[in-house]
Amino acid sequence: MQSIRKWVQTIWIFLVNGYWAFPFTGNMYQGPLKVICSPGLNCYSCPAATTYCPLGSLQQLLGGIRYSLQSGQYYIGTFVVGWMGILGATFGRFICGWACPFGLFQELLHKIPSKKYSIPKALNWGKYLFLLFFVIILPLVVVDQFGLGAPWFCKYVCPAGALEAGIPMVLLMPDLRSTLGLLYINKIAILVGFTIWSVFASRPFCRTTCPLGAFYALFNRFSLIQLQLDEDACTNCKACHKVCPVEIRFNETPGSSECINCMKCASDACTFDAIHIAIAGHRLGAAKNKPTTVPS
Amino acid sequence: MKEKKKIQKIPFILLVFFLTLWMIGLAVGEPTRVLEQAKSICLSCIGIG
Repeated sequence: MQSIRKWVQTIWIFLVNGYWAFPFTGNMYQGPLKVICSPGLNCYSCPAATTYCPLGSLQQLLGGIRYSLQSGQYYIGTFVVGWMGILGATFGRFICGWACPFGLFQELLHKIPSKKYSIPKALNWGKYLFLLFFVIILPLVVVDQFGLGAPWFCKYVCPAGALEAGIPMVLLMPDLRSTLGLLYINKIAILVGFTIWSVFASRPFCRTTCPLGAFYALFNRFSLIQLQLDEDACTNCKACHKVCPVEIRFNETPGSSECINCMKCASDACTFDAIHIAIAGHRLGAAKNKPTTVPS
Repeated sequence: MKEKKKIQKIPFILLVFFLTLWMIGLAVGEPTRVLEQAKSICLSCIGIG
């Protein structure tokens, strides 16, 4: 199962970054596919990006909302939020575990042999704050003299943007190098910080900072496709606790907003077939024959 | 006898809600603006603007 997941993650990277002519054209992809939403965190200024980043687009639309309304256009982000909601309501955080390029980047870094550390649970709230303030409130409220807000998360935080767009675009377009300053240094420093943290802790960005993960987390309990626990089959052996990359106790908190639905607990730990995928509450596939107890 | 499981309704309600939002966006022409943004280099994303 986990090798299938790695393949799916890799395929998604190439689906949302499918334009490999950029070294020859010297520019990023500018075709019509960019009206499609990337499910995972993938910067649309990455020269190979073939889809748009929902977070980037939403911030841009919210930042320009005054200008849009004044000019009689109702660009308030419904198209982007609609996309995000359809994805969230269908898959929940399966997207984080199966389709996010930056999630895979962190997972690969975590494979580097080193001492591993856990992340304090309180830090998990950080991603909701980033969603609320850096993606919604600050782009809406803090505006320049023209009434335009900035994409705060992209501008000051997003390490995926620095990795996928900041570094390659500066290499691709030498003219940009003369304009680099403190903002660029700040973003590279954040990228380096998360890169090092990912070696020692599992998926630190997803768990503490990612606003897209925070949005999908809101749906984890209500999504159409879910990871469910069969309470009758669970023996509370706690094997699922040991393999979880985001340190949740699945059998105690099924449907946890922190769960990225990587299914490690189902494939690598649970021998009682107690964890399964369900669609609208119905188990996908038949249950294996469970050992029955013989009454004495 | 095995208890028959009910179909969860909440995911479908959410899907209809977000599909409606998506269609409103489509109706007001938001995809054009999204495409316009996505086609141009986001200097903020790079760490310049």
